[in-house]
Amino acid sequence: MGRELDTVTRQDPELLRRLLRAKDRMTAKPHEHWPVRRLAKISGTCEAHFARSFKRAFGVPPHRFLLTLRIERAKALLSTDPGTITEVALACGWTSLGTFTRTFGDVVGQSPSTYRSTARPVPPCYSGMPVCFAKASARPQLEISVSEKRRREALG
Amino acid sequence: MSSGIGVVGIFVHDQEAARAFYVGKIGFEVHTDIQNGPFRWLTVRHPEQPGFQLGLFAPGPPLHDTESERSLRELVAKGAMPGLVLHVADCQQEYERMLAAGVEFTQEPTKRFGNIDAGFRDPSGNGWKMIQLGEPSS
Repeated sequence: MGRELDTVTRQDPELLRRLLRAKDRMTAKPHEHWPVRRLAKISGTCEAHFARSFKRAFGVPPHRFLLTLRIERAKALLSTDPGTITEVALACGWTSLGTFTRTFGDVVGQSPSTYRSTARPVPPCYSGMPVCFAKASARPQLEISVSEKRRREALG
Repeated sequence: MSSGIGVVGIFVHDQEAARAFYVGKIGFEVHTDIQNGPFRWLTVRHPEQPGFQLGLFAPGPPLHDTESERSLRELVAKGAMPGLVLHVADCQQEYERMLAAGVEFTQEPTKRFGNIDAGFRDPSGNGWKMIQLGEPSS
C-alpha cells in the first residue's frame, strides 16, 4: 500500500524544476496575466497536465498560488502606497474594483480600506532578516479555495 | 582563523553542472574536488572568503538510500531547500554580469529600505538572494 502511494506521488525532478520556473515567474510579476497556456509553455508541459502537476508539486493550484501573491502585494501596497484602492487593485492584477474588494475581504477578513487604516507598513525593523523573506512570510496560506472558504463561512 | 564554520553544503542535482555554474558563472573557486568511489566531495569558496567552503553535494549512494535520494532530488528541484544569501558590493553590476553569463534570475535588482536585492536560482533549483547592503544610517 505504502509502496503504491509512493509511485503515485513521485514526480520527475526535471519536471519539478520546470514547474518551479513557472512559480518563480508568477512570483516575480504577479500583476501580469497568467493564463494556463503561458505557464504550461514556461514549464514545457501540455496545458492539460500543467495545473495538476503544479498542484501535486506545490500543494495549491497555480491560480490560487497566484492569488496569494496578489494578496501579499495588495497588503503591502495598501500599507505603504498612497494610491487609491482602485489603483492598488489594478497594480496587483485585478481588472475590477468589485472583484478585488470581495476577494480581499474573503481572504484577509477585512475590506481593503479597513485594512489600510489599521495596517502598519512592513518596517525595516526586521533587521538581519532579508526583506524578501519577511515578505514571503506574510503571504496568506490558502489551503482551500476562496469560494470554499466563502461557502463554509456562510454556513457558519 | 582557528575556529568557526568551515563547510556548509547544499544539494545539487549534478555536481559537474553545479561546478560549472558556481565557478564559471558566479565566480567562485574550487576548494576541493575529490572522487572517492561513488562519492564526490566538491566544495567551492568565494574568492574573498577563503575560510568558508560551500559544499556542492549530490544526493545518492553511499550516503542515501534510493527513496531518500529521490525525495531529496524532488525537494531540491521544487526549490524547497533553505534560501541562500550572497552579499555583493554592486548588485546591478553583478546582475548584469551574471545575466550575460546565463544565470536564471527570479527577481531583478530592487531597492528596499536602503538595500538593493536580486534573486537567482542555480540549475538544481536552490534559490539565492543577492544583496547589496546600503550605507548604515547614522
